[in-house]
This record gives sequence, C-alpha cells and structure tokens, in this order.
Amino acid sequence: MRHALKAFPQLLRTGFAEAVAYRAEFLIWMFSTNMPLVMLALWAAVARSGPVGSYTQKGFAAYYLAALLVRLLTGSWVVWEMTMEIRQGTLALRLLRPIHPLLAYSAENLAAVPMRGIVAIPLIVIFLWNVRDQLGGDPILWTILAPALLGSWLLTFLVMSIIGTLGLWFESASSLFEAWLGISAILSGYLIPLDLFPAAVREVALVLPFRFLLSFPVELVLGRVDRWHALALLVAQWGYVAAALLATRLVWRSGLRRYAAYGG
Amino acid sequence: MIEVEHLRKWYRVHRRPPGLAAALRSLFHRPYETVKAVDDISFSIAAGERVGFLGPNGAGKTTTLKVLSGLLHPTEGRVLVAGSTPQDRARSFLQQITLVMGQKQQLLWDLPPSETFLLNRAIYDIPKKEYEATLAELTALLELAPLLGKPTRQLSLGERMKCELAVALLHRPKVLFLDEPTIGLDVSMQATVRGFVREYNQRFGATVLLTSHYMEDVAALCPRVMVIDKGKLIYDGSLHELVRRVRPDKRMIVRLTRPVERRDLESLGAVVEHRDAEAVVQVTQDALQGAVARALSTLPLHDLTVEDPPLEEVMRDLFAQGRAA
Repeated sequence: MRHALKAFPQLLRTGFAEAVAYRAEFLIWMFSTNMPLVMLALWAAVARSGPVGSYTQKGFAAYYLAALLVRLLTGSWVVWEMTMEIRQGTLALRLLRPIHPLLAYSAENLAAVPMRGIVAIPLIVIFLWNVRDQLGGDPILWTILAPALLGSWLLTFLVMSIIGTLGLWFESASSLFEAWLGISAILSGYLIPLDLFPAAVREVALVLPFRFLLSFPVELVLGRVDRWHALALLVAQWGYVAAALLATRLVWRSGLRRYAAYGG
Repeated sequence: MIEVEHLRKWYRVHRRPPGLAAALRSLFHRPYETVKAVDDISFSIAAGERVGFLGPNGAGKTTTLKVLSGLLHPTEGRVLVAGSTPQDRARSFLQQITLVMGQKQQLLWDLPPSETFLLNRAIYDIPKKEYEATLAELTALLELAPLLGKPTRQLSLGERMKCELAVALLHRPKVLFLDEPTIGLDVSMQATVRGFVREYNQRFGATVLLTSHYMEDVAALCPRVMVIDKGKLIYDGSLHELVRRVRPDKRMIVRLTRPVERRDLESLGAVVEHRDAEAVVQVTQDALQGAVARALSTLPLHDLTVEDPPLEEVMRDLFAQGRAA
C-alpha cells in the first residue's frame, strides 16, 4: 500500500496526460452527458403553469444543473476499459505490474475529472449563480458536500469495478452495465428528483444505495436536508462505500482465481 | 533461478458445435472437455541461462510462460521462480520478472513512450539515479532517442517493440520471459532485438526464456532449447544435439564450373535441389566423407560447403515424429 500511495501522484499525472490526449473523445462525452438538460427543459415546461411538488421552474433549473455538476465530478466508466482489456488479454500486462489494477484504474479515472469539467463546470457554476436563491445557505451542508462527493465517486467507481470484474466470468459485462445504468438513472435522481416519486417508491428509493450516487450531493447543494439528517446520510453513504469496497475485493479475488484457472 | 516440477495445467473448455440449435442446446446443457495445455513437465534453468522454448502453435508454450509469470495457477506441480511461487504475485516477485508479449503492448497508445517509462518508474518505485542510468543505457543500446517523444501510435511496429522492450526492462528484472518478441518484425529489426536481448543477458546476468516462431531467434540466442509438443516436454538440451538427433544427415552444397547431369549428383546422395551449376545433396553423416571425396574427384567443382539441414525442416520433422509416435 505504501508503494501504491507513493506511485499515485505519477499515476494521476499520466492519467491526466492521457485524458488530454483523448480530448476529442471527452468533448463528445461531455455533450452526451446532457440528459439533465433535456429533463430540465421538460420539467421547466411542465412547471410553467405552477410548481410541481416543491419544485418551481427555477427549482428544477437548480436541481438539474446541480445533478449535471455532480455527474461530471463523480462519473466513472471503468467498465468499458476493463471489458476491453479483458477481451484483448491486456489485463495480463496490468497484473504483471506490482500495483493493484483497480488502484491504477481509479487514478486514471480521477485524473480525467479536470479535463471533463474544464468547459462544463465553469458554465454550470455560472448558471447555478443565476438561480442562487434556490441553493442551500447552510455552510455546514456545503462542508458535508466535499466528503459526500468523494463518497459518490467512490461508490460509482466501485460498482463499475464490480461490473467490470464480472467480465471475467461472462464474455462481456456491458449488458449488465446497461441494466445498471437504466436502474440507477431512475433511482439515483438523475432523471427525476426522488421526492417527486409516489410515496411508496420514494420510501424505497431514499434508502437504496442509488440515492448516494447522485441525489444526496444534489440535495446538499439545494439545501433540501437539515444538518443532522445530512450527517446521518453521509454516514449511510460511507457505509455503502465500505460495503461496496468489501464486495469489490471479494469479486475481484474470485474473478482473478477464475482468470488464473482458465486463462485470459 | 527457475524450478518446475511436474507442472500440469488443464483447462475445462466448453465445446459446442456451430449452428443455432446447438447454441440453444448449450444454454441448458454444456458439454465440457478437458484440454491438457501443459501435461507434466519438469525442468530447471540456472541464473543467467538463455533458453529457447520451441513448439508448434497450441503446444503449451505461452501457457507455461503465463504460469511462470504468475498469471495462471498450475493445476498440479510445483513452480519456483527467483525464489518465489509465481501465483502469489508478491511484489518482490513481480519486481524481479518481466513478460514481453510480441502481440500485446503495455505502452500507452496516445502518449509518447517516455510517459509509460515515468509511470513504470513510479509503479516499480525505481530510485531516480538508477532510473536515469538504466534509461540512458537502454536508450543507447536500442537507439531510442528519436522515438521517446513521439506518441506511441505514430511509431512503426519495430520502433514500438524496441520501446516495449525498454519499458519491460526498466526495473532491471532478473528473469525475462519473452513470448514471440520478434513477431512481425523485419529481418534487421529481428537482429536488433536479438542482439539487445543477448547484451542485456550478459550485462545483467539475467535469465532469459524465449519462445519464437523464428528459428533464427533461437539459433542465434539460445545455447539450450526445450521442445514442447501437445503439453509434453519432448526435448531439453543443446540446439546442436537436437539437430543431430532429429536429422543426422548433412547437406552438401556444391557450386560447379559448368552444369552437370542430375545422375552425376545422385551418386553422392539424395538430390534436394538442382539448378544448372548449383545443387544441394543430402548425405548421411557416415557417408559424408566418401561423398565429399567423390565430389572432389568426379565433379567440376567451383565450391563445396557442408551444412546442417535448415532448422525449420528439423522442427517440422521433429513434430511430425511426435505425431507419428
């Protein structure tokens, strides 16, 4: 672990250099992550005649801008890379290096964040400034946002790692990945704010891990939770992170055993 | 440096005939078949040796290399490399080995090779001084200087292979597993790679185990060869002895001052090639002396040389024998 931590800054630097080299791809990626804007246009139209639930037109604007921001900061696509490397057999080369492949992936992922946000984040922040009366004013909530974002990223990354590792069993984990994307788009609040769901669905959605991928940091930005509740949610989020970490370890180990038994 | 005792690596492979019906059937019932990729092989390699690993496609060469480098777990048997059990993939083990696969690359595709070098320096935790010294040395030996700053994707196959070798050796491994390192390279680049591997082996006393389809690689690099076929080790010894054993005959190459009839040559041995004033005649070891004497006295000789049969042929015969047995 000591070696890995020492190597991490260089991993980040190289990851950043790679992200810069892939700039065209990132531009496309950026424009394809515009679902919240589509949803915003939709809900803004609906809310013209009057608020929907507790959301006015401006409220929706703030919600989806915050959702886009959180998504840009915490998104992870490591499944694609893992699936490709497993198929092409280049995972072997990663396994030969004295660093845990998942740690290397995580560095590549983190290092890409600045490049991803270089255009979008300043724009989003400017737009958010325009609806600032919709944002939370409690400095404690803004302080909790930092660990909450980190938690969201970790949770997303770990789930992606688990799905990617499943590629060691199945030819390709991408259909599983798509299923996950579909479910989490709904239950994480990416498409619709969770508090607009019918009560029964909402009760379930609020305790499932999906909420902590996106909705929770957005709720903090909008100041839609009180301090104590926010703290409790942060603890719950990191509980899910710990569980995901454990699951990742288990899946990775047994995946590797299988890989070692059957070959790449 | 490398100890292998009764190594077995068996895979269970799912078999399925082609067609939709078979595909549907296989959803419910999956017939499996055991493939004995490596079937009870034992050998040991001393530190500093250069050993060639020969065999037809699918013989078990790559599987063995993958077991030795810790990527695959043996089904049975004991393997020890540089004092470690490879499958544990301990850091101390990974620091001492490298595996170069001619068909896979670790260089980052869109960045210059120097970026991958820096990455590996960090991952292998190579001290700055040592890194600089090794890099300078590798750069000189492989003439990398003009390549280091170009994005990998813009390099030719040969240039890329040179950089692959450099990045794989940056941490100065003591054991080199090279799986088809010269595949697809032109003749002069093959020679460069070979020369480099020998140089590295001599300079650092590293142990080299190499597989290749090009017999030239093996002949030029490896005093010792191991031949594997259908998962079994069928020969382990010097290349020279292998050739002598499989093909005890020699080839007499004669160049003449004027064309001769084929039957004039047939009195010497089996004629393999005959073109006007040039011929290749196959002669058994015992009959060689007599044949040379006869050629000298009966043919209008310009030049006469005696060679071993080409290695390609030796291997073909060897594997044909293996199949017949």
